[in-house]
Amino acid sequence: MNQLLDKTFWGLTIGLVALFALNFVLEEWMRSIGLQSLSRGCVAIGLLILWRTGLVSFGHALFFGFGAYTVAMLQIAGVNDIFVLLIGGTATAGLLAFFLGFLLRQYRAIFFALLNMAFSMILYGVLAKVEALGSTDGIGVSHVSFLGYVPADEDYRPTLYVFAICFAYIAAVLSHWYLKSTLGMMTMAVRENEIRVEYLGYSAERAIHAKYVISGVLAGVGGVIMAVTVGHVDPDSMVYWPVSGDFVFITILSGTGNVGATFIGALVYELLRTYAFEFAPEIWQLILGGSLLLIIMFLPDGLWSIRSEWRNRRRMAAAARGETQAAE
Amino acid sequence: MTRVLEVHDLEKNFGGVVAAHNINVTVDVGENIGIIGANGAGKTTFVNMVTGYLPPSSGRIEFMGKNVVGLHPRDVTKLGLCRSFQVPQVFLSETVFDNMLVAYGIAERSGWGLFTPLHTDDREARVDAQLKRYQISEYRDVAASALPQGVRKLLDIAMATVRNPKLVMLDEPTSGISVEEKFDLMDIIMLALKEEDTTVMFIEHDMEIVERFVNRVWAFYQGEIICDATTAEAMKDEKVREFVIGQEYHPGHVEGGAHA
Repeated sequence: MNQLLDKTFWGLTIGLVALFALNFVLEEWMRSIGLQSLSRGCVAIGLLILWRTGLVSFGHALFFGFGAYTVAMLQIAGVNDIFVLLIGGTATAGLLAFFLGFLLRQYRAIFFALLNMAFSMILYGVLAKVEALGSTDGIGVSHVSFLGYVPADEDYRPTLYVFAICFAYIAAVLSHWYLKSTLGMMTMAVRENEIRVEYLGYSAERAIHAKYVISGVLAGVGGVIMAVTVGHVDPDSMVYWPVSGDFVFITILSGTGNVGATFIGALVYELLRTYAFEFAPEIWQLILGGSLLLIIMFLPDGLWSIRSEWRNRRRMAAAARGETQAAE
Repeated sequence: MTRVLEVHDLEKNFGGVVAAHNINVTVDVGENIGIIGANGAGKTTFVNMVTGYLPPSSGRIEFMGKNVVGLHPRDVTKLGLCRSFQVPQVFLSETVFDNMLVAYGIAERSGWGLFTPLHTDDREARVDAQLKRYQISEYRDVAASALPQGVRKLLDIAMATVRNPKLVMLDEPTSGISVEEKFDLMDIIMLALKEEDTTVMFIEHDMEIVERFVNRVWAFYQGEIICDATTAEAMKDEKVREFVIGQEYHPGHVEGGAHA
């Protein structure tokens, strides 16, 4: 069990407690940013898993949107509890990933990336056309209940925030444990050498399929959180291809070093976007693009690499000190 | 003697090119077989067909009495027939230890078991034992991309044999290795495989290696096996001398002979 209760686990747990505590002091707009970061962070964990496998998806808004729309559809059907909505949203997204996975697992590199985008655009087209699904206007998502508990209006957002933190925490911890498992470590193996994986006795395609389904489920979790947070689902903000781009942005920003980093990356992205939009509404895209450029140039392994960089520096400094002492 | 491998009437055509024709061979437990032949003679094609990488055009391949034609490499591997590669197939960006750890993980787990942690103390011990067996413990924490060629070859074979296979096919284990190192490398490999009672079959161009480490030779020429005999006989065989090893090679000057 000690294998599972490692530094990352405790880091995530401390993060959980800290976020709980913040709930008492956060202003509503901050809580909103927090909720959206948690949502996008979940999707980015899925992309991290694919990324470690050597695969990039430019279409995960497909599963994100699927999860979000499932919430709206279930509400229309009369279901209103967050747990049922979460299970429903992740199940539909996961099932979709399972079926599409049979095709996607045969592709690599740019074909994999763009085939995902193609599917997300098909869903976008359908959602934008079909009146029953709200067309381009989308569908409203009303307040949900929490295991039967219906908070008063002023308590609603803080309650939602608490549940979203828990969901994101569970998603992050399970993903972290997954990445340490044999199947999870096959991310690296498949990226590095599919032939060797086959000759060790496992199907590289099946490994990719498993990762694809997991990434779909995680995107579904993100979609559910987002739908309930925003209180509305529509094709442009849930499924359109730039939404997928946001997730890739966050993944690059966070790096693939640690699942916890994806939430930091998602928060940084959210803040960047919010402030760029507020202070420079004319050129906010320019600011986002510029930031991405800087990250790729100076932190190609993402924000997480600051940590390892810092460690290396300290080690080098210690070594240098040791040498001078030895010389003296 | 238990039969490990039986190949009947194996054929492989790539368009008009015949890569394998009329191949009929059997292998018993404990035999060490050297596959010789010029480049393009069909040696690797044969290994690829037996291990499920290439489907034969026709013919039957039985491994431990089970037909393996049509199986994927992963299924053949699970049955206990493993291979190494001429160009080592390892996870280059990872350390030797992590390479081995993943290899053991995949070999030891299936189904839901794949979700259990990869790194356990027991498995670490098995990895270290295997590294010791192949005498590459000192490279434990070195990235595979930074390894000398010989060590990378050993890692490739160490990874290929984590399942304790009944038969292992080594594709040119000494290619790219300096003459001085070849014998030491083969000593390590053959000793390690003997410990596990693995039947070995390897492709080799160096006749001194063949003479020393195998007791039976298959000579390939233009997709056919032109000679299937004991090492000593094969080295004297007229056709083998003409088409494979050349007239000027004089067998028997390696001390010890086939010791494996």
